[in-house]
Amino acid sequence: MDFFVLMLAIPLVSGALLTVVGERDWAPNINVLASLGTFLAAAGLTVEIVANGPRFAFGEQFFIDSLNVFFVTLTAFVGLTTSIFSGPYMRNERDHGRLSKPRLRLYKSMYQLFMFTMLAALTTNNLGILWVAMEAATLTTVLLVSLYRTPASLEAAWKYFILCGVGIAQALFGTVLLYFAAERVLGATGNALLWTHLVGVKAQLEPAIMALAFIFLLVGYGTKVGLAPLHNWLPDAHAEGPTPVSAVLSGLLLNVALYAILRCKVLADGALPEGYAGNLMIGFGLFTLLVAAFFLSRQKDVKRMFAYSSIEHMGLITFAFGMGGPIANFAGLLHMTMHSLTKSAIFFAVGHASQKTGTQLIENISGLIRINPLIGWGLMLGTLAILGMPPFGVFASEFMILTHAMRHYPWAIPILLLALGVAFASIFGKVQPMVFGQTTARRLPHAPAITPVFLHLGIVLMLGLWIPPYLTRWFHEAARMLG
Amino acid sequence: MSSIPFSAQLINLFAAAILLLGFAMLAQRRNLALVNLFAFQGLCLCLATLTTAISTGQTHLFYSAGLTLALKVVALPWILYRLVRQLNVGGEAEALINIPTTMLVGIVLVMIAFNVALPISELSQTITRGTLGIALAVVMLAFLMMITRQKAISQVVGFLSMENGLFLAATSATYGMPMVVELGIALDVLVGMIILGVFFFQIRDQFDSLDIRHMEKLKDN
Repeated sequence: MDFFVLMLAIPLVSGALLTVVGERDWAPNINVLASLGTFLAAAGLTVEIVANGPRFAFGEQFFIDSLNVFFVTLTAFVGLTTSIFSGPYMRNERDHGRLSKPRLRLYKSMYQLFMFTMLAALTTNNLGILWVAMEAATLTTVLLVSLYRTPASLEAAWKYFILCGVGIAQALFGTVLLYFAAERVLGATGNALLWTHLVGVKAQLEPAIMALAFIFLLVGYGTKVGLAPLHNWLPDAHAEGPTPVSAVLSGLLLNVALYAILRCKVLADGALPEGYAGNLMIGFGLFTLLVAAFFLSRQKDVKRMFAYSSIEHMGLITFAFGMGGPIANFAGLLHMTMHSLTKSAIFFAVGHASQKTGTQLIENISGLIRINPLIGWGLMLGTLAILGMPPFGVFASEFMILTHAMRHYPWAIPILLLALGVAFASIFGKVQPMVFGQTTARRLPHAPAITPVFLHLGIVLMLGLWIPPYLTRWFHEAARMLG
Repeated sequence: MSSIPFSAQLINLFAAAILLLGFAMLAQRRNLALVNLFAFQGLCLCLATLTTAISTGQTHLFYSAGLTLALKVVALPWILYRLVRQLNVGGEAEALINIPTTMLVGIVLVMIAFNVALPISELSQTITRGTLGIALAVVMLAFLMMITRQKAISQVVGFLSMENGLFLAATSATYGMPMVVELGIALDVLVGMIILGVFFFQIRDQFDSLDIRHMEKLKDN
């Protein structure tokens, strides 16, 4: 059996299956098993790609190379750990009466379909289908954000739907323009939106059209990445949805949207004078970084605060890819991996912490370490990691981005340091009292799933100290593809 | 003007009608009438696509026109009608602040859209290229409508109207996107509409109204 087909089929089939059996007590196990199956298939696919090089699937409709197979593995891995985390978390929510059985069914089913849409978006070769899959990813998560049906969660979901809808409509206009440019070279066939065909003729694409197309694509998909000034949906959706959804939104969806921009950037770079696409991304990236850093200090809700931290990191990554070149691209890819793993680990810890204290307000959470040392340490270490403390991997990637910027874009250094400094001061100052001091937490009937937290942090620590050579090779190859 | 073929004139006529309906939506205060206008806009879009299909002989544009007819003239307005009836918000009037000002802003947006589209439509060889500016203008008007409206239903109609503008853009610049992509987009819009329907009821149950002014609690402070 083909690993690729398995990888797409498992989430799709199990998503359908869970709509039927999702209310049973053993349904969470199906969710975990399906995610495990998806992850194994993705791992198999990765081994295959690393050994044999890029391949197509279903004619030329899907294309897997070293760039997207790397995102596929990351997505499937975080999908697996999040499904493990959500088991006890959702049981506690049910026992507290915050979620009924039908809603748990909706959650599991939509979770699998969300994984499917993201994997489809990552592997498709057709830029039109990429758009369709991105929109489908929004649709599957809208009902997850409003899962609690509280006024605040409905407001968050509405904002998410409308803002991302508008954003993604811009991206569709960009795709239309791209098709227009491509059609003049490739003819009006179905192939004119296939990335592998486009990349071959990228130098012949009409610059006037491509310039406009890239702006629309950047703003459109950038809305989903959380780039300022269209980032408003992100903190609300993260804070009001269930924590496993916050973890996958932050750890995965933002990456997939950024991936879409990267694919388009490769085409724009070929057609446009050097630096056009890159400078746009540098501008948006720095602006996002600054805006997020200064909003961070004003947050009172812990999930909201870490959502702003995600925006901040997305800004930094966009800046890195905007600089371009093998080193900055390598750093950007590494930072995306580190951010995904660390941020989802933090959300796991925060989720358990807010369950134990019954609140998401930072000032009402304290002394986590007394009631559950593992969660307390998980949150503390995760926070140190995301703030870029050595020896965690985030330090390595941030250091690479900074040194590269120092050499080629020295004027950006004060902005970067200011934003990172402000972020450090605000986050650390708020997390420290949450972990230490008099405790406000209590024990819950279902023991939290600690393994995913430390698994993620362990990998981040390892990658900070030592990146296995085959992984370096793989990153290098992906970075080279981005030009 | 005699050099413009009859079919192109017809397409321009329909495109102009789409733009006018965009303005009409911007000024319309009642939900039910808004849905009517949206259905008319869909019909004009369908006719424009059909005329293009007949005059150019592009077979997939016939499917595209059929899809538009089924989705935007029949299915979506029907869903919206049902929602408006069941939620009992048909006659509800939106407290619009100053329609004339909104219209003036709309005119400025149309001029911007035409200027942005001009260099691109000159590169196009399709007989429909003149309508690219109109398409972009429709998108921008729909955007303006979403910003200025405070009722959930009118925001959604604005969103769908934006989709109309994008379809017109695809038809005018390139004779439509590849079929598989158009089908995917149609599926997304339909599923999105159904989810929104579910969502409306949740909002109403929670707030006793579809006025999104109730939904401004989430702020950074």
